[in-house]
Amino acid sequence: WERGGRLRHPWVFFSNGENNEISRMSHVMMSPSRQSNLELAYSLSTYSVIGAFCTEDNVPQCLLHINQELASLGLPVCIEASSPEGANLNAVPVLNAVYELLQIHRRDMCTLEEMEKEQMKKSSSLDLIQMTNSRLKDQLELSIREKSGLYETERQLQLKLKTLQRCLKGEKDEVQKLQSIIASRASQYSHDAKRKEREAAKLKERLSQLLIDRKDKKLAIDVLNNLGRSDGKRSQWRTTKATASHEGEMYKFLLCDYEESQKSLVLENAELKKVLQQMKKEMMHILSPCQPSSRGATADEELAESDEDEKTRDSSRDTLDQSCEHAREQLTNSIRLQWRKLRNHVEKLDNQASQVLHQMESNKDMIPFETHQDEMERMRHEVQQCKEFIHAQQQLLQQQLSTSFDDETAALLYDCYTLEEKERLKEEWRLFEEQKRNFEKERRNFTEAAIRLGREKQAFEEDRAAWFKNHFLNMTPFTNRRRCSSSDGQSSLSIISEPEIRMSVKAHKAKASTYTTFSTPKSSRSTAAPSTTDLYRTLRLIPDCSSSMHSNQVWQESSTNGDEDIRIKSKSRGLHCSDLDIFALGEDDSLT
Amino acid sequence: MNFSELFKQSNQLCKVSPDGKYLATCVQYRLVVRDVSTLQILHLYTCLDQVSHMEWSSDSLFILCAMYKRGLIQVWSLEQPDWHCKIDEGSIGLVSSRWSPDGRHILNTTEFHLRVTVWSLCTKAVSYMKYPKACQKGIDFSKDGGYMALAERRDCKDYVSIFVCEDWHLLRNFETETQDLSGLEWSPNGCVLAVWDSCLEYKVLLYSLDGRLLSTYSAYEWSLGVKCVSWSPSSQFLAIGSYDEKVRILNHITWGKIAQFEHPASIDNTKAEGNFVLSVPELPHPDEICAPPIQIPVVKPDPDRANPKIGVSVLAFSSDSRYLASRNDNMATAVWVWDMQKMSLEAVLEQTAAVRCFQWDPRHPRLALCTGNSKLYLWSPRGCVSVQVPAEGGFQVQSLSWHCSGDFLILLGKDQLCLCYMDEHALVQDATL
Repeated sequence: WERGGRLRHPWVFFSNGENNEISRMSHVMMSPSRQSNLELAYSLSTYSVIGAFCTEDNVPQCLLHINQELASLGLPVCIEASSPEGANLNAVPVLNAVYELLQIHRRDMCTLEEMEKEQMKKSSSLDLIQMTNSRLKDQLELSIREKSGLYETERQLQLKLKTLQRCLKGEKDEVQKLQSIIASRASQYSHDAKRKEREAAKLKERLSQLLIDRKDKKLAIDVLNNLGRSDGKRSQWRTTKATASHEGEMYKFLLCDYEESQKSLVLENAELKKVLQQMKKEMMHILSPCQPSSRGATADEELAESDEDEKTRDSSRDTLDQSCEHAREQLTNSIRLQWRKLRNHVEKLDNQASQVLHQMESNKDMIPFETHQDEMERMRHEVQQCKEFIHAQQQLLQQQLSTSFDDETAALLYDCYTLEEKERLKEEWRLFEEQKRNFEKERRNFTEAAIRLGREKQAFEEDRAAWFKNHFLNMTPFTNRRRCSSSDGQSSLSIISEPEIRMSVKAHKAKASTYTTFSTPKSSRSTAAPSTTDLYRTLRLIPDCSSSMHSNQVWQESSTNGDEDIRIKSKSRGLHCSDLDIFALGEDDSLT
Repeated sequence: MNFSELFKQSNQLCKVSPDGKYLATCVQYRLVVRDVSTLQILHLYTCLDQVSHMEWSSDSLFILCAMYKRGLIQVWSLEQPDWHCKIDEGSIGLVSSRWSPDGRHILNTTEFHLRVTVWSLCTKAVSYMKYPKACQKGIDFSKDGGYMALAERRDCKDYVSIFVCEDWHLLRNFETETQDLSGLEWSPNGCVLAVWDSCLEYKVLLYSLDGRLLSTYSAYEWSLGVKCVSWSPSSQFLAIGSYDEKVRILNHITWGKIAQFEHPASIDNTKAEGNFVLSVPELPHPDEICAPPIQIPVVKPDPDRANPKIGVSVLAFSSDSRYLASRNDNMATAVWVWDMQKMSLEAVLEQTAAVRCFQWDPRHPRLALCTGNSKLYLWSPRGCVSVQVPAEGGFQVQSLSWHCSGDFLILLGKDQLCLCYMDEHALVQDATL
């Protein structure tokens, strides 16, 4: 019904007889914002409308409509009927239009295909992603299951641990119990043992008592004659004196033993002391000659110390026989001192020896270890560098040699060398691609601009057609009548529309040469023929994203401006008519 | 090496007099005294019953023959063959009898360790020592014969009594810090008395002659402890063999441990500490010397039986205190010889059979040992030798003892004996050591 509505409008306006207004209004109605709606409606209503789109009756309307449609598609084609009835159509523009449409269709198809491909790709990638997703989900599930399993095992282990701890506790308790049992048993047994022992002792006592009481006759000694003592002495009476003498003897015996052991200890001590003295003497002997030579700076202190030592030694020697303890202390002290010295000396000697050894190793140079290391490192580095250098030289030589008799390798090498160049080319290619893309963008912009231009031109042509009509009407003798009957222009519709169409065709024909001359009033300030670059420059001022919408607005504005302009023009018609005339004539000339 | 002909003996009762001149042997109820050099029978005494114990007096003038079953003791004199002495312990019974060091008194231990009776041969006097303890070694005389130590048990406590042997005067009586005293032994110089606890507790106590406690030594707790104790002849060392198969050596100054000898089943170079180890297997090569490592067969003891066969049970110092021989009961086939100067293992004498007896030569560092077969084994630092006893009728050496001069050995079989004279040449060689 939309299309019907759309189609009804012109009828309403035609009934008013205002041709100019009709055409203007229809253009207003055909604003691009509605285009998509229209197209949708068209596709929807193709089958809803009974009968074909075009019938014998509405050919001009159809034509008009198609023209409008084409114009909206940006095709500057004006299909016009070859006959006023509209039964036959001019083949060329139609074919052109069809061709253009086909082109558009093909392009669209291509785009569609590409889109489909893209979609396929997208869907396949989507599938892939879904698959991955599902796999990941599986993995997640698996890991969750694993986690739960681990949790379970942990729980079990903890349970086990708990039971084991309980067991341990039980065992510990058991052990404690057993230990207490053991302790109690032990005490019991020891008690029993003691009791038994006491009993046994009692029994023994009783037995011995019984034996004594019984006056055992058998218990006897039968000796032929008494023997003398082994030492020949007579036995002594047991007296307190004897007891005391026993004690004394015992102590004497012990004392003897202790004296003996002390003697041996003293002997040992003396031996050890002798050894110590000898050691000390030898140490002094060893140390004294090398003291001044090896110690240098601390020589004075050392000398003082040695003096002290000397003193102590002398004193120790003196007191050796006098006060054992004192002498011993002194001796040990001096020995300790000497020993320390000797140890230091030996350590020093060791160090020296090791140094000497090191020096021997490092070719008798007095180079410290660090510098030696550094030097070594440096030399190693140098050697490495030299090696690299030699290697490079060898390579170069080999390359030279190989290029002389091996083309293939040479090519390979050349390839290697041109790799960089290739890289550079690639870079350039990339730049070029970018430029191309830019260029494409520009072209697109340009196309849009062209479309807009076409529209503007159309508007201008319409203006011109209106002007021509007016002019024509003014020139005709029915000027007054025409003016009167302009309100009821139902019948004169065909007359009005005819030159308009003609003019548009004419304009189309003259497109190549007079493209810019039919510019909208806005852009008409550049009266000198502007080049595409100029156009481009002007268009470039508008941002790309909003260019189409803006241009539409511009177009709308321009169309409304056009209305005003036309009104102004109609007021100052007298001034412009000659110019237009000339222009029209010129056009006619070019046509003929 | 020469061997005498075989002589009869019973109960392995065969002893050389302390002066080394006579050899006394018991054959059933007869006592035979021979001249050592000629082996001629000098005296023949007839006892009242089969003799179970025989002992020379210290002056080699009297021989004590004890018949425990009858509770009887007979003493014979070499100088006066007609002289006789008979001691009857009566109904109380007799378990042990010994000479006092002076050779004029006899100490009898009665049944149940009721008492020790001291019989004087000079005065016929009898004295009693009450409460003697029944233990491994309850009585010990000092080497010079001056003192006697007696272990006693009263009121469930251990005491030691020290008597002066001259008149049996009680010199000291003191309580020992033992749970269950097992033995006591005088040091050879007679100044220190070593007392050790029963195997249930590892404890060795050292007392001075006057009863002061000098030192206490315990190697470990909660395990079977001391098995045997032995003084070195120099009194410098006290060797303690224990159930943990180790020998610990204490010194005589601080009474601390100075060495520990282990008895491992396998010996390698490190354990031998550079000394070669001798092995004396009987077959096929008697004098085979094995270099370490060697393996010694070990018999696992039965843990359920009392007195398990494990641990060091025999310790013997050589006369010069230079070497120590030991036997570990669960390695009965081996005798270990330790060097007391280096404090290291000197040799391991391994036999195919269990070692029955070993004894050091009283004069030289020479060890004789027997394993119950017909061979005699000798070890000295120079090497070892095994000698087949050239006697018909399968003479098997069960025990041996050295003559005090070290000139010959008495080899005791089951009911026979023979003398083994050392080679003069070997003696000369040994003398040069």
